[in-house]
Amino acid sequence: MRYLTRRLVHAGFLFIGVSFFSFALLQWAPGDFFDELRLNPRISAQTIDGLRAEYGLDQSLPVRYERWLASIAQGDLGYSIAYNSPVGPLIAVRARNTLVLTGCAMIVAWALAIPLGIYTAASRRSWLSRSIGVATSTLLTIPDLLLFLCLLLLAVRTGWVPAGGMFSASTTLDATGADAALWPNIKDLAAHLFLPAAGLALVTLPALIRHVRSAMIDVLDSPFLRAARGHGIPRARLLFHYALPVAANPLISLFGFSIATMLSASLIAEVVLSWPGLGPLLIEATLSRDVYVVVATVLLSAGFLVFGILVSDLLLFAVDPRIRQE
Amino acid sequence: MRRNAKLAIALTLLVIFHSAVLFAGFLAPYGFAQQDRDLPFAPPTGIHFVDASPRWHARPFVYGFADDPDNPGAYRADTAAVYPIHFFVQGAPYKIAGVLSARTHLFGVEDPGRIFLMGADSFGRDQFARFLFGGQLSLLAGVLAAVLSVALGIVIGGIAGFHGGWLDDLLMRGGELFLALPWLYLLFAVRAALPLDVSQAQVFLLLVAVVGLIGWARPARMIRGVALSAKERNFVLAARGFGASRTYLLRRHILPEAYGVILTQLTLLIPQYILAEVTLTFLGLGVGEPMASWGTLLAALQQYYVLSTYWWMFLPAVLLVPLFLAYYAAADAVQERLKSVAL
Repeated sequence: MRYLTRRLVHAGFLFIGVSFFSFALLQWAPGDFFDELRLNPRISAQTIDGLRAEYGLDQSLPVRYERWLASIAQGDLGYSIAYNSPVGPLIAVRARNTLVLTGCAMIVAWALAIPLGIYTAASRRSWLSRSIGVATSTLLTIPDLLLFLCLLLLAVRTGWVPAGGMFSASTTLDATGADAALWPNIKDLAAHLFLPAAGLALVTLPALIRHVRSAMIDVLDSPFLRAARGHGIPRARLLFHYALPVAANPLISLFGFSIATMLSASLIAEVVLSWPGLGPLLIEATLSRDVYVVVATVLLSAGFLVFGILVSDLLLFAVDPRIRQE
Repeated sequence: MRRNAKLAIALTLLVIFHSAVLFAGFLAPYGFAQQDRDLPFAPPTGIHFVDASPRWHARPFVYGFADDPDNPGAYRADTAAVYPIHFFVQGAPYKIAGVLSARTHLFGVEDPGRIFLMGADSFGRDQFARFLFGGQLSLLAGVLAAVLSVALGIVIGGIAGFHGGWLDDLLMRGGELFLALPWLYLLFAVRAALPLDVSQAQVFLLLVAVVGLIGWARPARMIRGVALSAKERNFVLAARGFGASRTYLLRRHILPEAYGVILTQLTLLIPQYILAEVTLTFLGLGVGEPMASWGTLLAALQQYYVLSTYWWMFLPAVLLVPLFLAYYAAADAVQERLKSVAL
């Protein structure tokens, strides 16, 4: 229990740090909303000061931070000037789309990385393992951007999968009308999801394989496994029953942090392959100075990250008896 | 031996890339903004030795471009127009490293012939020239940002490791924050708070500053580790006993210990930051037209018809792969060497 509370406190600190950072950026951005009024000669300085007082802009920074945090806690993320709508609902849809994409890519990447990493660690000398090694290091040097562009080219040229977007134009998007045609909708979504998810998985895969491999090699070379091998325990049982649980520890903490890499890569993928997620929204908002949207997006990405780290902490707790008995 | 060979290849590649970019004006037959509106998306020019008659030429030549009658918008070689390639020709003036003015280009063909080694873009600008000139911005951005990050890392990491206690905790927790967050999101957040309508030079400097400032945490952690272990070494304790000041200790004893780490961090960060510049410019936050950077070259591919029709527009992106490969190989080799020295 102490472990869990400590991790929770840690996550809380991380989030507060990010939120303070975002708030500081918000304040640092030049100009406030009444700058434009100030240009109008018919509005007196007193009126503007009154307005500033009414909206609390004359308060000190900590007071404003506290108020801002309180409104965030109530789900009020501010107002988007460019979209002329509250930020909360605007961002929720985009966040869902990003989650669908990164979630799928995450599952695919880990589902491939674990067996491949174990295989390359277990039979280091085989030609297949070596060619996997070459492939991963090549993939590691190809810029994400180039990989996504190549995938896009492939899609545009061959027409095997849709080259952008999330649904076909003919598909009804709203949830209410969707139940009539749920299955075709899912099929359409899957077809659109294939390209970005495959790209994202490819981008994150090499680093994951390397981590799995090195964690497994550390364990495989340890004396207790040599002893187990000496006892004649079959290879598959040796690998999955004895080695993998020991090697799992660093991998589970990696899982939490791999969300950050995934989100960054996802931003590029979303832009290149026009997936309507947080990435394109963030860029639009940055270019049009829609500060509340930027801050909300960054906060949300930090939220994902904190959530991921918490999940991996919980997993560690469930998997590792040493942590449980601490 | 094999390791040395790998390092040698990597370093050769790096030297070739960097000097090609440095002498872009000399190597490229045209300037990066020189347009030929009659030749949008001209394909890479073939270099020939045998003409249509067929007759053999000792001097290589290129054909002129003619419109392809079957294929509107495309070109075919005009075998009637032969333009021999001349070396050390006089052409558009340029500057090397911003100071040395010159007009001599390594190669070129006479007007109205055009030689596009990597094809032309939508304005009929030479992609080869734009790649080389673009490298000047991108490489400079990468190197400057990496130096900035590492310098910050030395100061913060040195202080954290040397001072210890609450300051160490504070700085390193702060660093964790920077390490944990998705860096592209962070980059955009910081960029959003900065002014948008600024001149090209300011955009460039802002980009370098933002990328460099955000990346301080990793080098700081490494250097903190070095400072922590160096702090307990006998010669440092002795110097301290003699009453050496803190800055003296940092400069004279800790910094030399950290050279290896600094070098590895630089070789690791430079390609990463080049990529950061490329990505940010691609996404619209870097320098804009008519300036060339590797990011603006890639940004042309955002249009579907460019992407699917003109394969040579991919060449700049593909050329980045050997560059990154060389950087990573060099970083690997430096790391290995440091390990073998330490043992």
